[in-house]
Amino acid sequence: MANADCIVLQGGNMAECHPVGFQWVSEAKARGAVVIHVDPRFTRTSAVADKHIPIRAGSDVVLLGAVINHVISNDLWFREYVLAYTNAATLVNPDFRDTEDLHGLFSGFDPETGHYDTSTWAYADPEGGGIDRPGGPDEHGAEQSDRAAGEAHGSGGPSLEHAKVERDETLTDPRTVFQILKKHYARYTPEMVEQLCGISAEDFGYLADAVTRNSGRDRTTCFGYATGWTQHTFGAQFIRTAAILQLLLGNVGRPGGGIMALRGHASIQGSTDIPTLFNLLPGYLPMPSAGRHDTFTDYVNSVGSKKQKGYWADADAYAVSLLKAWWGDKATAENDWCFDYLPRLNGPAGTYQTTVSMLADEVEGYFVLGQNPAVGSANGRQARMAMSHLKWLVVRDLNLIESATWWQDGPEIESGELRTEDIGTEVFFLPAATHVEKAGSFTQTQRLLQWRHKAIDPPGQCQSDLDFFFELGQRIRAKLADSDDPRDRPLLDLTWDYPLDDDGNPDPESVLAEINGRHLTGDKAGQPLSAYTEMRADGSTEGGCWIYTGVYADGINQAARRVPGGGPSPSQSEWGWAWPADRRILYNRASADPDGKPWSKRKSYIWWDAEAGKWVGDDVPDFPVDRAPHSMPDPDLGGPAALTGDDPFIMQADGKGWLYAPSGLVDGPLPTHYEPQESPVANSLYPQQQSPARVMFPREDNLDAPSAGDFGVDVYPYVFTTYRLTEHHTAGGMSRWLPYLSELQPQMFCEVSPQLAAERGLVNDGWATIISPRAAIEAKVLVSERMTPLSINGRTVHQIGLPYHWGVGGTDAIVSGDAANDLMGVTLDPNTQIQESKAGSCDIQPGRRPRGEALLELVREYQQRARVTVETDNIRITDPAREIIDPPPASDPPPPPGADGDEPWGSRW
Amino acid sequence: MARRSFLQWPVLRQFRSGDVLGRGPAVTSPHTRALEPRTATADRVVQSICPYCAVGCGQKVYVSGEKVVQIEGDADSPISRGRLCPKGSASEQLVNAPGRQYQVRYRPPHGTQWQSLDRDTAIDMIADRFLETRRRTWQDTDESGSPLRRTWGVASLGGATLDNEENYLIKKLFTAAGAVQIENQARI
Amino acid sequence: MGQLSGPTDPAADAHWDINKPRKGFFTDTSICIGCKACEVACKEWNRNPRDGDLELTGMSYDNTVALGASTWRHVAFVEQGHDAIERARESGAALVSLGMPAVRGGGSSETVTAATDTAPPDTPEFRWLMASDVCKHCTHAGCLDVCPTGALFRTEFSTVVVQADVCNGCGTCVAGCPFGVIERRSDGTVEPKTKRGNQNEQQPAAIGANRGGTSAKSAKTQVPNAGIAQKCTLCYDRMVDGQTPACAKTCPTTSIKYGDRADMVAQAKERVAQLHAQGMTEARLYGANDNDGVGGTGSVFLLLDEPEVYGLPPDPRVPTADLPQMFKRAGLAAAGMVAAAALSFVKSSLRGRR
Repeated sequence: MANADCIVLQGGNMAECHPVGFQWVSEAKARGAVVIHVDPRFTRTSAVADKHIPIRAGSDVVLLGAVINHVISNDLWFREYVLAYTNAATLVNPDFRDTEDLHGLFSGFDPETGHYDTSTWAYADPEGGGIDRPGGPDEHGAEQSDRAAGEAHGSGGPSLEHAKVERDETLTDPRTVFQILKKHYARYTPEMVEQLCGISAEDFGYLADAVTRNSGRDRTTCFGYATGWTQHTFGAQFIRTAAILQLLLGNVGRPGGGIMALRGHASIQGSTDIPTLFNLLPGYLPMPSAGRHDTFTDYVNSVGSKKQKGYWADADAYAVSLLKAWWGDKATAENDWCFDYLPRLNGPAGTYQTTVSMLADEVEGYFVLGQNPAVGSANGRQARMAMSHLKWLVVRDLNLIESATWWQDGPEIESGELRTEDIGTEVFFLPAATHVEKAGSFTQTQRLLQWRHKAIDPPGQCQSDLDFFFELGQRIRAKLADSDDPRDRPLLDLTWDYPLDDDGNPDPESVLAEINGRHLTGDKAGQPLSAYTEMRADGSTEGGCWIYTGVYADGINQAARRVPGGGPSPSQSEWGWAWPADRRILYNRASADPDGKPWSKRKSYIWWDAEAGKWVGDDVPDFPVDRAPHSMPDPDLGGPAALTGDDPFIMQADGKGWLYAPSGLVDGPLPTHYEPQESPVANSLYPQQQSPARVMFPREDNLDAPSAGDFGVDVYPYVFTTYRLTEHHTAGGMSRWLPYLSELQPQMFCEVSPQLAAERGLVNDGWATIISPRAAIEAKVLVSERMTPLSINGRTVHQIGLPYHWGVGGTDAIVSGDAANDLMGVTLDPNTQIQESKAGSCDIQPGRRPRGEALLELVREYQQRARVTVETDNIRITDPAREIIDPPPASDPPPPPGADGDEPWGSRW
Repeated sequence: MARRSFLQWPVLRQFRSGDVLGRGPAVTSPHTRALEPRTATADRVVQSICPYCAVGCGQKVYVSGEKVVQIEGDADSPISRGRLCPKGSASEQLVNAPGRQYQVRYRPPHGTQWQSLDRDTAIDMIADRFLETRRRTWQDTDESGSPLRRTWGVASLGGATLDNEENYLIKKLFTAAGAVQIENQARI
Repeated sequence: MGQLSGPTDPAADAHWDINKPRKGFFTDTSICIGCKACEVACKEWNRNPRDGDLELTGMSYDNTVALGASTWRHVAFVEQGHDAIERARESGAALVSLGMPAVRGGGSSETVTAATDTAPPDTPEFRWLMASDVCKHCTHAGCLDVCPTGALFRTEFSTVVVQADVCNGCGTCVAGCPFGVIERRSDGTVEPKTKRGNQNEQQPAAIGANRGGTSAKSAKTQVPNAGIAQKCTLCYDRMVDGQTPACAKTCPTTSIKYGDRADMVAQAKERVAQLHAQGMTEARLYGANDNDGVGGTGSVFLLLDEPEVYGLPPDPRVPTADLPQMFKRAGLAAAGMVAAAALSFVKSSLRGRR
């Protein structure tokens, strides 16, 4: 980031949420880089940016789509890069139909199931039709969504049956990706940006000029985002829009370029790499699905075809090595490496499906590990009510957080909905160890693993999760020791024999060594693997997470490397260890031109040394090191061997950067703007209001506010968005118990513009009650010009900002308060199963909220007034006949009770 | 306290040092003269990583008498160059928080108060509950006969301050047990 | 006898014979992100109690409000619209036209790459100023000059430090500070006013306290140094070991810099020149003028508006600046105090021998 010439921070608040990372932005700015912050609020990031552009929450695809349109129509794209390194020239299946033709839908949508059949989106096959995903007919979008397949691509693109694509290097064929892209974004104009985002043509011009002027051979632009992009019903598409723009401008794989995911937790990257996620096995191998992955062969073929390009073609080696790591000698070629020991998915099993299953009394037991769902999950009431249905609950944390004490002092106890004596849940609270009381590795947001040494032993009965789960595993295995039930074999055959210290606890380095993997046979037997390319599918290697192979190369904990400053290399490679293969910038082959020369001296990074016959430079080349720039191997070779000298995207099935995604996404091959699940604004781009493939939970305890065009939109007229503050951490478990942090931000508050304050009679430092169809909460009021009312389709849209750190209940918290997440509904992105918590609809009134039953009555009264039902917002396809782009006459509905009446909320605008 | 030597009398020191107004060396107390930072007197310094956001700032943990006495930035880290945000700076207080829990607590069904429980018993009880639920909620195949081999009765939600090694053991154990609803902050 | 006004070397004035360069802070508010890491790092190092009543102030993101006995760094937040920015720009430009500070052309801005990006920015519609305030460690320190017990002293680094073991809590210094920095720590302290605050009367635990204990209730600890005058020591106890003060070390964006005061002032002047060259004429220095009412300060600041906007006095003046005139009148009283102090030592010394 420090090498960027322009930094666009959008969908994130870097100075507040990553202050120390922000030093690199400060440094780039001091060197002359332009820093632009696009955000609904003027934040501490905006304060030190060159420019703040206020945007309506959830409209980012319109803005970035318009920049793409600007880049294409003004011929500002990086021709050489785009032609050589992206799929711009690739032809798409002739049956593909764009949103242009289908009122905002792509071809293949099934309104019955709410899923796309994605087969028409595929690349054209020279032999006719499209190039399928491997393993037979294309996996239906429904199945992909159910297993959150989008997230399975955390280390590379989805698979293709083969990589023999048709290309038109002139980019003129209407079936080329480039032409499709051009047509798709033609309607994303500056006028549309003004109408939907509330951004003036002038501000749009500033952004578009800054990114295009600072891209090319000699300059690079970087994007940074966070949950402002991911937490939407089509969040993955927000990021895809930025990816398309960055590929068009040649800003991927180069120093100072890229799209940085600014992740919010110490090892949240690690938690996806080695996932505690329902849909993944370590290293982004998918969890097997019933019916589709019944045999090991079906499974590995669908993960990566031998005929596709790049390293995913060796998925079988990664999978076998994982199974060998888990079941050791018991995993043999004869029993398909114990593949049948793995449980199968037949539908999504994410947090919110689990919540619903708890409410249905299907889930009996729940482990909550350093997490605070009573405060941190969307629709908090639903999450707490769900826990009250459990038979048993285990909470492991440092403090008595709200998720441990809701049965005693939660909001539902206060409102009278639950009585402590009636709750049958057995609760175990186990004190956890802090980060200094255990050794282990965190993976930070740039894929860097860093080892923490243990400073002291955990005090009292505190215990690390490593020690706890090891012990739990030992006890479970001991209790089953005499079992002959086949279902217990996977537990009994599990490799669970780590070297122990004096207290009987496992050595964390031995776990890291297992993750890294080792040779099992031959003269290297027992030695650690040094790279994932050493993994074999014949059972001669084991390794728990292929992308981490190398972290324990030579038997040395590479994550613990701590050469001051990372050593002399510009990539600072002697500090920690980055996956994969210790590469610091991914796809860095793209930092050189097709001939292998740096694009410019200023932006040189990796280049081809013709004399030595290899790639050299400041980083580990992310490419076969001896593959010459112009080599053209036979595509039939498959795998890494099939990569041509100009295929920098080595984890993509065709070696190219994807402007258009022929597979892998379930809600469209190109990002398309839809409105949030609940929005007072009509989608003026297409008749389709919401993302048709979104995951909905139409339930009485998860009602949505009417959207534009529906009766009652004026009852919840304002947009609210949630976020973090520098002074607190997520749901507060690690900050609200700390005096020094609590005093800095002691109370829950809401941020409103002076205009909204005047409209609703809100007073700075007074109280306000915010009401959504799920809940009503109270907050102190901060009236500030940092909140800007936006003009959307000719009407004023007010946005309300709500930090989400506080919660009700908990023991010994220094500060408490109502939880913003209680206001949120649960509707998910079908690619990732992540909830939309960055945009919702609400009302706001001065004063504190009522207590007890009166609080429930208030929420009900609003629901009734808006005539909200489970149908509201949960209709998949918007009736095209309802499309009204122009604002209707201002006389439509009567002003809402309590409103001053001078803001006529049109039904469709 | 040791007997104050005559020469240490402030008034005399004022005149000896020339600091007659008593604004400098003449008025320093023995405590002041003996000041040493606790970072210099710590028994050991351990390199760690900040547990809050994902920037991954380096930390130095100072330990005296088996207690953490100070946590500050690690200047050697190329990621953070010794700097920490307010949360990172408060890490010592996270470890020594006034409300931190050191004992296992147990709430029986319908109970109104916490009870105490020793850790061994608690883990044993949890293992029993785990196996009971698993037995009760086992799903061997789906309706079309494809294998499922799982329990729908046990779920987990992990924070993202878990180590890679911890996540690995959790995933390994739960998967082997057939529990699939294993989730994490990463999706929230 | 040292000088009481104007430029001088404070450590030499205080008769330190060790020749150490004067240390100080340069707080560049133009790159402050308002994260308050300085506030926390300061409290962590100095073990200062939590402050305030745990209620939102309604003053932007500032819930600290002011420097005090337990808060030695305070980040101010100021929200301003177009007109205020315009005024700040004009007043800053006027300072330069008066010859202070000098704007040098070019300089380090040569490295700026995108020529178009350095054009003077249009006056923005809105800005959010953030500035971390701290004790000024004045060249002529009012608190030090009026301290009757020798609790306050000038260190060999020319900073001003309270010795808690000497201070008797008389409070004379509180009135002596023209910046309102030094305060006595109230004893029940921080007795929170709110109900919630009362429920949660936690103070930072003594280091490692309560380990293995049973509940937070036992963690209520005594407020250290109650009744004693307290303020920033510039981390004297770190400086003696060659370490950087906690706030400056932790500052994510180097808004707080620490070093030899002469270097700090030079850097500050260069930064003002750079900002003016970029059209940000609102930038100006505070505390770098050795001819001001306190002889310049050890902590210098780059501000983006008038000092009053940040709650800083525009023309601080040490009370002892007029001392020579007052000296005759005070002389008698002072002599009496010296005699009394000497007598008390004789007495305590006699007691000690028994």
